[in-house]
Amino acid sequence: MAQIDQSKIRNFCIVAHIDHGKSTLADRIIEHTGLLTSREMQAQVLDNMELERERGITIKAQTVRTVYKAKNGEEYIFNLIDTPGHVDFNYEVSRSLAACDGAILVVDAAQGIEAQTLANVYLALDHDLEVFPVINKIDLPSAEPDRVKDEIEDVIGIEAQDAPLISAKNGIGIEEVLEAIVEKIPAPGGNADNPLQALIFDSLYDSYKGVIIFCRIVEGKVSKGTSIRMMATGATADVVEVGYFGAGQFIPCEELSAGMVGYITASIKNVKDTAVGDTVTDDKRPCSEPLPGYKKVNSMVYCGVYPADGAKYPDLRDALEKLQLNDASLHYEPETSIALGFGFRCGFLGLLHLEIIQERLEREYNLDLVTTAPGVIYKVHKTNGEVIELTNPSNLPDPAEIEYMEEPVVSAEIMVTTEFIGSIMELCQERRGRYLGMEYMESARALLKYELPLNEIIYDFFDALKSRSRGYASFDYELKGYEQSELVKLDILINKEEVDALSFIVHKESAYERGRRMCEKLKDEIPRHLFEIPIQAAVGGKVIARETVKAMRKDVLAKCYGGDITRKKKLLEKQKEGKKRMRQVGNVEIPQKAFMSVLKLDEN
Amino acid sequence: MKIKKKPLSIYIHIPFCVRKCLYCDFLSGPAGDETKSRYVEQLLEEIRRESVKYDSYEVHTVFFGGGTPSLLPAFAIERILKTVASVFCMKKECEISIEVNPGTVTEEKLMAYREMGINRLSIGLQSADNEELRLLGRIHTYEDFLMTYKIAIKSGFNNINIDLMSAIPAQTLQSYQETLNKVLSLNPQPAHISAYSLIIEEGTPFYDHTPSLPDEETERELYKITNDILSEAGYQRYEISNYAKSGYQCAHNKVYWKRGDYVGFGIGAASLIDNVRFKNIENMESYLSGRDVREDVQTLSVEEQMEEYMFLGLRLTEGIQEEDFKATFGRTIEEIYPGVVEKFVKQGLLSYKPGDKPGAGCIALTDYGLDVSNVVMAEFLLSDESV
Repeated sequence: MAQIDQSKIRNFCIVAHIDHGKSTLADRIIEHTGLLTSREMQAQVLDNMELERERGITIKAQTVRTVYKAKNGEEYIFNLIDTPGHVDFNYEVSRSLAACDGAILVVDAAQGIEAQTLANVYLALDHDLEVFPVINKIDLPSAEPDRVKDEIEDVIGIEAQDAPLISAKNGIGIEEVLEAIVEKIPAPGGNADNPLQALIFDSLYDSYKGVIIFCRIVEGKVSKGTSIRMMATGATADVVEVGYFGAGQFIPCEELSAGMVGYITASIKNVKDTAVGDTVTDDKRPCSEPLPGYKKVNSMVYCGVYPADGAKYPDLRDALEKLQLNDASLHYEPETSIALGFGFRCGFLGLLHLEIIQERLEREYNLDLVTTAPGVIYKVHKTNGEVIELTNPSNLPDPAEIEYMEEPVVSAEIMVTTEFIGSIMELCQERRGRYLGMEYMESARALLKYELPLNEIIYDFFDALKSRSRGYASFDYELKGYEQSELVKLDILINKEEVDALSFIVHKESAYERGRRMCEKLKDEIPRHLFEIPIQAAVGGKVIARETVKAMRKDVLAKCYGGDITRKKKLLEKQKEGKKRMRQVGNVEIPQKAFMSVLKLDEN
Repeated sequence: MKIKKKPLSIYIHIPFCVRKCLYCDFLSGPAGDETKSRYVEQLLEEIRRESVKYDSYEVHTVFFGGGTPSLLPAFAIERILKTVASVFCMKKECEISIEVNPGTVTEEKLMAYREMGINRLSIGLQSADNEELRLLGRIHTYEDFLMTYKIAIKSGFNNINIDLMSAIPAQTLQSYQETLNKVLSLNPQPAHISAYSLIIEEGTPFYDHTPSLPDEETERELYKITNDILSEAGYQRYEISNYAKSGYQCAHNKVYWKRGDYVGFGIGAASLIDNVRFKNIENMESYLSGRDVREDVQTLSVEEQMEEYMFLGLRLTEGIQEEDFKATFGRTIEEIYPGVVEKFVKQGLLSYKPGDKPGAGCIALTDYGLDVSNVVMAEFLLSDESV
């Protein structure tokens, strides 16, 4: 293979707010660069299907190498590195950015800059990336490209007057973007003769090849046979294959050298060994120090995950094991609940991550799950000086042993049009937010800065934000640290029995309101029994709210017409089936739905 | 040697009515004379065709249900009955019932019924309150009913059932009490009363636009006074929704609960023969085309037979005889449902009357158990793994 000229490589990503057209632009770039011959195209489709079949997942990072013939007659290699678009994956985003030399900032010509746009642009600028803007959706009637250009210059402070005006959807202005990539994004640096130094920005588990490391070669080179070492985890392995990314397929090559983006396989069994942000070096000729920025990713949100059918516990364990192969940020450990039986306490990067995992467990592994209310990690300082990191409310020590508790707090930035400032501030106030300040972006918009307890934003803050701003507010946050807080454990008693899976930690001030709403919700979810069932919310043994499920008085099938009993039987079967899907707590049967419904207290 | 014939019940479905009631989800509807006529011909054809399979049976009951069977001309009913009698072996004291709606029969028609051998009438009254009848979408008034009842008695019917409904729109405790009292003040009193509570079924106008119904407390109270008042008046509740004076329990109805053999003719009619359940197609056009009309043929496994035995048998207040279950299935109830009876006896839903020897007791729903019978019956279903 011919030596690739470093000056002809462009490593870049696209940053944008959700829905501003990032994926569409990526698709257009791939199309316009026409990276594959028709024969390759065929192969790709087949490969893809096989891949999907074997693994049943889609490849996470849509990193693609394409070849572009520029107007100056030269051919350039574009490595388009996709970045996850959610605050839960901020760290992953930062590592993907670190693998790039430049970024295209896509801004919606009608919407302008959003909180997430800002967060991502700042991240990109922090990584010294060359950022150039493109204004998308210029064909919309509501497009205001000039206003948006000014906004970009005012708010972000990057030149925007000659930003390409495009419509990714309709293929307008794409050539211009491609030329800008060549002109504005710098070629990578690095020396192929230096010791190997490669940044892991993603990895993927393949059941045949083992872990596939996605990396940017910063210095040196790597090829089949190189003994590599992951500097943070210390894992070592011999390289089996290196290559680059076709659209959705892996194309092996001889060697990856400084400036290139590609993949390495080395029969590594677990993605835990190839942490995102870690540095790959040559074990025999190591670099002097790792690349900066590695950080161990910690779970921010925890919840209990239980199989709906207790007998499926081993299946759930296997599924989590498999998912973890691919997702080093997923943590789990076995736990037991009196109400839900055997399950796992799982840790996630955020609520979205939780939802993704839950959905994958249900869809790909065909499991019916019951999850408990998500919570954060609280630090419990005990009177004996011990500090416990609490992930399961049931494990809260006796209040007498607790000196004080701390909860995680985030710094949040909320961008909102001025008419909604009032209602958003109100929301933040309700969620125990501490107002830090406000900046006007331009006459019509402001950036609100708040400190908010993480446990106030993990369930439904985003939804509340959207509904109170008619969808106009956007939101970004990062963990700030821990703060002491007046926290209590709210217990739910059903027919006088405490249901461990329904307990959660809440701020003292919100306990009554939350308790009341939980009781109301549970009252609707728990079917009538032959006896009356009190539902109580209690803090420290003191009942603060109560509802009652009245006793069942009548449950009878009346007419059985003309001897057609099949329908009657079906009804009884349904009743019995429903019962099977209930959890027995004391002598009360609680539908699984009830456990989930209390997660959505704000829905009416 | 003469082999004793097995008892058989026949259900004949007449799917025609003047107009659909708002709560009705039965297979019925208005139709023109031509359809009715073709339907009768097809029924006769089906009865003749199927009868050859029932050589070893003797017919103990016949039931004309609907719809409103009394909408057909008396002559049509007569032809059907004659056909049945000509191709089946009929028991001498065969119970032959027909459903009629108030206002759809004349004295002549009722006389004709008597003459052709029909000996039991079932009149769909539902309520004695005209406003309630209107809200149900019924086609008649209470006065229409009184007339029908009068001519029925005059025509010589002494075995008459009246259908009543509770928990219907606009009903109050008082209005329901009045309905019961009006029915009980009839002279003579009806021999049999069916008292159902309204269930809103999918696919009915009430399902789409559910009217306001008596609240739960009232409904419960309505249910309770049915039993109180009717017992007081000398009726025995022999099944969840059925009350009869001594000697007038509906034999046909009991066949369903006791899992006797029965065959249904006409669209949508259900059958149970030798532990095989099957149903006729519900589509009128297909039925009229005269092809094989059976569908949903289901051979019941022993487990299914046992479940049915339990949940159907419990509908009858006489309950289930442990010895009979053992004799039928070769295993005891306790073997199949360990602990279940005991649990429900403790909860006051089942009563257990010991027999003269162990394993010869009788299990029945208590009054409370009848009210919440689904809870009990569901527990007698056998999931695949439990046997």
